[in-house]
Amino acid sequence: MQTLFEKVWQEHVIKGEKGQAQLIYVDLQMIHEVTSPQAFEGLRQANRSVRRPDKTFATMDHNTPTKDIYHITDLISKKQIDTLRKNCEEFGITLCDNGSERQGIVHMVGPEVGLTQPGKVIVCGDSHTATHGAFGAIAFGIGTSEVEHVLATQTIWQKQPKTLGIKVTGQLPKGVYAKDIILALIRKYGVDFGVGYAAEFYGETIEGLSMEERMTICNMSIEGGAKIGMIRPDEKTFEYIKGREYAPQDFEAAVAHWQTLYTDDESCYDRILTLDVSTLAPYITWGTNPEMGVAFDEAFPAIKDHNDTLAYEYMDLHPGQMPSEIPIEYVFIGSCTNGRLSDLQEAAQFIRGKKVHPKVTAMVVPGSRPVKKAAEKMGLDQIFKEAGFEWREPGCSMCLGMNPDRVPEYVHCASTSNRNFVGRQGKNSRTHLCSPAMAAAAAIHGHFVDVRKEVGEN
Amino acid sequence: MEKFTIHTGQSVPLMNDNIDTDQLIPKTYLKRVEKSGFGEFLFDDWRYLADRSLNPDFILNHPDYQQATILVAGDNFGSGSSREHAAWALMDYGFKAVIAGSFSDIFYMNATKNGLLPIVLDQNAREKIAHLPSDHQLTIDLEAQTVSVGEDTYHFDIDETWKYKLLNGLDEIGITLQSADEITAYEQTIPSYRA
Repeated sequence: MQTLFEKVWQEHVIKGEKGQAQLIYVDLQMIHEVTSPQAFEGLRQANRSVRRPDKTFATMDHNTPTKDIYHITDLISKKQIDTLRKNCEEFGITLCDNGSERQGIVHMVGPEVGLTQPGKVIVCGDSHTATHGAFGAIAFGIGTSEVEHVLATQTIWQKQPKTLGIKVTGQLPKGVYAKDIILALIRKYGVDFGVGYAAEFYGETIEGLSMEERMTICNMSIEGGAKIGMIRPDEKTFEYIKGREYAPQDFEAAVAHWQTLYTDDESCYDRILTLDVSTLAPYITWGTNPEMGVAFDEAFPAIKDHNDTLAYEYMDLHPGQMPSEIPIEYVFIGSCTNGRLSDLQEAAQFIRGKKVHPKVTAMVVPGSRPVKKAAEKMGLDQIFKEAGFEWREPGCSMCLGMNPDRVPEYVHCASTSNRNFVGRQGKNSRTHLCSPAMAAAAAIHGHFVDVRKEVGEN
Repeated sequence: MEKFTIHTGQSVPLMNDNIDTDQLIPKTYLKRVEKSGFGEFLFDDWRYLADRSLNPDFILNHPDYQQATILVAGDNFGSGSSREHAAWALMDYGFKAVIAGSFSDIFYMNATKNGLLPIVLDQNAREKIAHLPSDHQLTIDLEAQTVSVGEDTYHFDIDETWKYKLLNGLDEIGITLQSADEITAYEQTIPSYRA
């Protein structure tokens, strides 16, 4: 009797005993410009090569300017981008360059090209790598030393984590989304419930979600402390992968194996957490970590410790206020959490035929070029632009402010990204995490509104 | 990597929970392509005022803690991004060890890869250490897995593999490459649909 995680893990152990560090084979390493330069430099200094360039795949995202993608004016950003280009050329690694057809945020590109598959071990120098776990892969973020180790050896030393089952049940109400599920889970169990665990999301609600919604949930596993978040692969998973560029050639054999990847019984998990979503409301964060969130019709909580005091001070909010009272002046729709086509479709519903509130600056940043093109084909770009949104080139954009897209000081931003840390979207920026629907509606009204009441209005 | 065997030094308390990597090193400083020079930007938002003068209220700027080499913190230290720059910044500043209630899994690994010793101690022990007079000296003995000060000794756990590598300052890639034959043998067993 094993969990999904244990089955995949076991298939990848090269040496070492359970309970101690084990050498694990890596099927795919995704790299980007921020966490890789020192790794390549390390290889050069030791006169080492990349063991499997064919299992390494690069994209540019963090520094990518979303206004004019071909001209980087920040010289330090440009150096990082140029360094990746040079490293990929020197070591023979496929790169989705800025402006190319496949370019996008690293966690968008893997699934889109079909490299993200069930049963793989996937690593990337980025904590949101758990996104790929939505396909039943073991996927986790690593540091630059580990990036270098994987480049040189195609393996990584890890101690097998414990397993955590997260059971989600109930029918999701209209106007409530995958983003609300993960924000509610983190609010309920805290930002460190997953430390030391590999999480698996399961239950009827999860089974009912699309692949894109599943990616949103796995993406934010790390915000609950779990560096791995997985979902059992099923027909939706296989259908998503089928026909993509890097889908296995022997697809039937692959599916036959993928169908064996599931947790045999709930009792296999070391720990189980639960969430019933049947009465779930849209979630919004008020504070400076993703645990500091409330449901739409709930007042901000009383101060319970020094962390809360600091958070309220930084956000310029106080206990007892309602989410609708937050003065929203910026709206960001995008990121590896919510930059997919279905996210843009949901957001567009609340915008069609309306205008962005005069005091609000709003932008949509598709997570990848394929998403951008698909959205344009459907005319979504026109809906956003006519409402007064900026329609940008793909990249990480305002999620982390490493590129020119920042939230100005002291401004409240409704953001579909994943982190509301102090200074995350720019110095003294005030981030409120929420679903694309909530962000879109906030752009129109200048404050959060209950999207459950607006669904189907158009 | 630098060896870690025994270290004696002053500790400085920064007891907040959830000190995330955006606080340890803001992303503005992640654009360098080198591993060095990040110490100046450690805790940047807390250490400096708007005009980049030192914030006198931040404990690392206190005259009594200028020699500190051991950071004592709350729970979930190093949460957030995978940026190893956080570990590099702590080391570049001069820290040799961090004592916390718990660590994010990714940060923990990054620390061990750089010779920065992450130590988990319970709240009681950390509170005692945090309240020591600033002229104290703490001794960390990795072989014995102990932190001691005066009469008090606290035990901590660490995986044998990470311990061995830290004690000997080993190049992990060099060690792994000794198993190249095993990696090759494993690769030959990978089914075609996963190749």
